[in-house]
Amino acid sequence: MRSLWLERFVRCFFFLCALGAVIVTIGIVVSLIGEAFRFFARVSLFDFLFGLTWAPRVLPTGEAVGFGAIPLFTGTALITLIAMLIAIPCGTMVAIYLSEYAPTKIRQTVKPLLEILAGIPTLVYGFFAATTLAPLLRNIAETFHLTIASESAINAGLVMGIMILPYMTSLCEDALHRLPLSLREGSMGLGATSSETIMRVLLPAAFPNLMAAFLLSLSRAIGETMIVVMAAGLAANLSFNPLQAVTTVTVQIVNLLTGDQEFDNAKTLAAFGLGFVLFILTLILNILALYGIKKYKRIHG
Amino acid sequence: MTFKMDVKQLNLFYGDKQALFNVNLGLPALQTTALIGPSGCGKSSFLKCLNRMNDIVLQAHVEGQVLLDGQDIYAPSVDVVSLRTKVGMVFQKPNPFPRSIYENVAYGPRIHRLFKTKSELDQIVEKSLVRAGLWGEVKDRLPQPAMRLSGGQQQRLCIARAIAVNPEVILMDEPCSALDPIATAKVEELIDELREKFTIVIVTHNLQQAARVSQQTAFFHSGYLVEARETGALFTTPHDERTQGYITGRYG
Repeated sequence: MRSLWLERFVRCFFFLCALGAVIVTIGIVVSLIGEAFRFFARVSLFDFLFGLTWAPRVLPTGEAVGFGAIPLFTGTALITLIAMLIAIPCGTMVAIYLSEYAPTKIRQTVKPLLEILAGIPTLVYGFFAATTLAPLLRNIAETFHLTIASESAINAGLVMGIMILPYMTSLCEDALHRLPLSLREGSMGLGATSSETIMRVLLPAAFPNLMAAFLLSLSRAIGETMIVVMAAGLAANLSFNPLQAVTTVTVQIVNLLTGDQEFDNAKTLAAFGLGFVLFILTLILNILALYGIKKYKRIHG
Repeated sequence: MTFKMDVKQLNLFYGDKQALFNVNLGLPALQTTALIGPSGCGKSSFLKCLNRMNDIVLQAHVEGQVLLDGQDIYAPSVDVVSLRTKVGMVFQKPNPFPRSIYENVAYGPRIHRLFKTKSELDQIVEKSLVRAGLWGEVKDRLPQPAMRLSGGQQQRLCIARAIAVNPEVILMDEPCSALDPIATAKVEELIDELREKFTIVIVTHNLQQAARVSQQTAFFHSGYLVEARETGALFTTPHDERTQGYITGRYG
């Protein structure tokens, strides 16, 4: 009898824990939507989503102008793209080495190191970007007679790529290492070499989990703020030139919220508008990717 | 008698631990040899020596000779990749790749470039599936994932995959231990048919199976090859008392 009551209690307790997490999530979304709608009452959704100039200010007449968010989203996209161009190929290749080629000793040493590296505060990477990489990039650009802004998209993107790399590598390595030995044996038993086994059997088999790793890394890149503040700046240029200064959505959110403005100021509320759109975009991205993974699994079993 | 493979004074070590001791065994061409013995006796390890699958295991170390058509497969000049096309392997648990039925069989021919045109590859795939007795069941759904087949079908697919590269010897490591009796009967029937073209070595825990499918049986115990003879003779008049004890069910 006693154990039955205990079972019931434990069950209820864990259910409440789970419920709590869900309720908090819903609460966050609702509050975000609420503030976002207050913002869209002052600035039209169309002007916000398709406006090409980001220079938010409230005129003495009370009119809010310069709330075009396009430059912020292109900036985010540009920096994220550069970061992923670094992190995806490097991360996958390092993971393949660690999982398939490295002796057990190296793997056991490098894996925890990677995890420590993944835990370094991004601020530290920001310092690296500002003090080491920026001058280096300027020197390189000068040899090719190019002009590069002291704060540039490529600088932020590169450092962000380096920042994500350990995280990405660790996730990809898990995805590969988790594959059963029987797959490797099956392939080797047919006379395949290690590289053929990796390319033709292991990578396709791990593909859904690799995609999940890319996605998690992508989310981190999109959400990253500190590196961009230090390396790419605050200038909302609408540009796809990686040598120019750009800014991102998250940086502008921080920028809007710091300062001593009233909380129902259009500028402050714009932060929620940006947050809301960012939220929707990452949600769509996640759903699409999950759908893709599911479809892949259905086709390939 | 001509031996397809001939093992001479084979010793196998995993690190400091010795797994096989002075094993001598000839495998007659186009016959099935069954390897029996209690768990941990070294029969699976022995099987893996025959196509150097132990190379994948770190710290495995082999002494002695394993001759395939008179050539030592452990000689430094031997290419492990081409060796494994000659000596194929089917594993204990069916291990199809997570791809289509067609791609599973086409895998070996693709990596070894055994065809010139797509229709040649189609023929190889069909022929292998026919030989593995699976063609009738899968011919209408070749593009479907192999993982959706039943366990018995998956194992026959793995056999088809192994014979698609035209091996001369096929090694089977307890191929039926994960299958139900009906699927087992089909695979056993298949082994009997395959003997026309291939030399087969099968590890099994099932003594009836050994008696049904093999012409030669080798009994292993604690890393030693105790007795290897014509199957009927070994089961009716075992020479060694350990063999006698094992086949009458006193231990193992």
